[in-house]
Amino acid sequence: MEIKKGIAVSPGISISKCFVIDAEDYRIPRRLIEPSQRLTETQRVRNAFKDGIEELTRLQAEQEEIGGQKIKDIFAVHLSYLRDRTLRKKITDMVNTELVTAEFAVSSTLRDIASHFAKVKDVYISERAADIYDIEHRLVGHLVGGKRQDIAALKEEAIIVARELSPTQTASFNKEYVKGIATGAGGRTSHTAIVARSLGIPAVVALEDITESVNAGDTVIIDGNRGIVIINPDDNTIQQYLEYAVEYTELEHRLDTIREKPAETRDGVRVMLMGNIEFPDEAQGVLQKGGEGIGLYRTEFLYLNRNTEPTEQEHYEAYSRTVAVFKSRPVVLRTVDLGADKYTQSRRYIREPNPFLGLRSIRFCLQNLTMFKTQLHAIMRASVLGDLRIMFPLITNLQELMQAKMILGDVMEDLDEEGLPYNRKIKVGIMVETPAAALTASMLARDAEFFSIGTNDLTQYTLAVDRGNELVSTLYSSVDPAVLRLIRTVIQDAHKAQVDVSVCGEMASEPESVMLLLGLGVRTLSIAAPMIPEVKQIIRSVTIEECNKVARKVLGMNSERQISSFLRDAVRKILPEAF
Amino acid sequence: MQNTVCELEVEIKNADGLHMRPAMQFVDTASRFQASITVSKAETSVDGKSIMQMSMLAATYGTRLKIKAEGADAAEAVEALRELVEVKKFGEPTPEEKSRQMS
Repeated sequence: MEIKKGIAVSPGISISKCFVIDAEDYRIPRRLIEPSQRLTETQRVRNAFKDGIEELTRLQAEQEEIGGQKIKDIFAVHLSYLRDRTLRKKITDMVNTELVTAEFAVSSTLRDIASHFAKVKDVYISERAADIYDIEHRLVGHLVGGKRQDIAALKEEAIIVARELSPTQTASFNKEYVKGIATGAGGRTSHTAIVARSLGIPAVVALEDITESVNAGDTVIIDGNRGIVIINPDDNTIQQYLEYAVEYTELEHRLDTIREKPAETRDGVRVMLMGNIEFPDEAQGVLQKGGEGIGLYRTEFLYLNRNTEPTEQEHYEAYSRTVAVFKSRPVVLRTVDLGADKYTQSRRYIREPNPFLGLRSIRFCLQNLTMFKTQLHAIMRASVLGDLRIMFPLITNLQELMQAKMILGDVMEDLDEEGLPYNRKIKVGIMVETPAAALTASMLARDAEFFSIGTNDLTQYTLAVDRGNELVSTLYSSVDPAVLRLIRTVIQDAHKAQVDVSVCGEMASEPESVMLLLGLGVRTLSIAAPMIPEVKQIIRSVTIEECNKVARKVLGMNSERQISSFLRDAVRKILPEAF
Repeated sequence: MQNTVCELEVEIKNADGLHMRPAMQFVDTASRFQASITVSKAETSVDGKSIMQMSMLAATYGTRLKIKAEGADAAEAVEALRELVEVKKFGEPTPEEKSRQMS
């Protein structure tokens, strides 16, 4: 039994056999197979050779047409290798005797050959190692590619374990058989996470070397609530999780029944629950779970996985589709938050020494006005279709906000000239996600119509902790006294200035933080769609008086550890099933 | 059918030695014959019809290889391979020719 801790990105519990996908551009780990899989695995080796030969024959013919003699010769050598029966036999023998996967047998055999070449003193010969790596890459590519097609054709339930999944791979998922996803790479906003959430499949990401720890057919437990993956659990653990899974399903069903009921505390205080989305397709899911609008619409997806900037029309279509789902209910659109971990086309190759303190988010937009104006133009065009609002991310000072608003003003003038209609009174607000913005909230409140506290970045910047860095990630906590003091300041200043304030970070969807946030005075929360019923259940189970008491107690505490255990106890009393 | 065994020693004469493309030519030629073909360099013996094994011999310029063929067409096989290695030199230059090309 091996327990791995990652980031929970889609809730739910699954216990199933796993289906492992290696990545061609990543070291292939030694992974074992059952003796009964020998035949399938050796056949996969043969198929990969066959596919490789077909591919190379085609490539060679293409070179024939354009007269690339040198390249043709190289392909001829590679073909000769793929036709070498002794090579193929060496690989299938390895599968049979060592009981390893086709991927590993191919990779390690060819790498052995390559390193043999690399050791030869003659430079001309030693450089041939590159050819062998190329052949390895081609064969592994065919093996992995075949495996990906296999996901679409799954005949039994499985948990997918991979280094990382691309949108095309996840698109072919059959929800009936894919019971969970565990990836080594990724974060809360990776495609795997988003797709898993929208399909309602439990998923845990950022599990580092997970693909090296599992063998095909191992039993795996995915705990998408706590971000845990257990490989080959013992009987006791399986039993515990089976019970937990049943409880959780019952809880989910019970929560579904409160969908139509308002998010209102027992003493009648109304809370607004909204959804966070990244893709227009997710909007419907928010509505289904009882969300009252979109509190955070991330728009970076338009820029990712493509080589050209999105057009104004592409922006417009995405936004109008989303607004159409919510009609007159609010949709808060965050302007592009690129940079740091999310790249744009024009700066993909520029490396910054300190990207999280670099040219990202609103700073990047203010230096790339054409791109920024294109987005604003599309937003304004879509603004007549419903209650669309604009939110600028990563504001650190008043000038940035003024500048962004001025550019918005320019765009409005352009629209006037073009004779296009737009909502002149569109609400413009900011993300409060830097300590600078939190500390100057009273100043920013004069020029912002609403605040949305982004607790993820606010925590990272306040505590100076990269939570993706395992060496320091334990220091990351949104309920650290330092972070809570900033949040309190923002809420108080917003109330004084009569500016709406909401929380859209992950903290808002953590059951243990909900009472605290209500007690601090927050009345709008924006969270991932699947979490809406659970958070609503908590809201409906408490009184504001109780929440105020929790907040008062917590603000008097001086350690993160004390605070988090106190909050856990508090919520356990009202919603025991969630823990 | 008569089963003959033929053995012969050859020397690599082209400057770049038995790298990938020559190894492929050797294997292609060897594969035209029914006879099984074994190539030895010092203590190492490999299958003359396998590019993997032939290229791994890493026979550089001047290396002496023993070619052994076993089968009905063994004599023809050995002769064809000798011609490829020592006469045609894989269609590549010798060290002298190569340095002349360079200058």
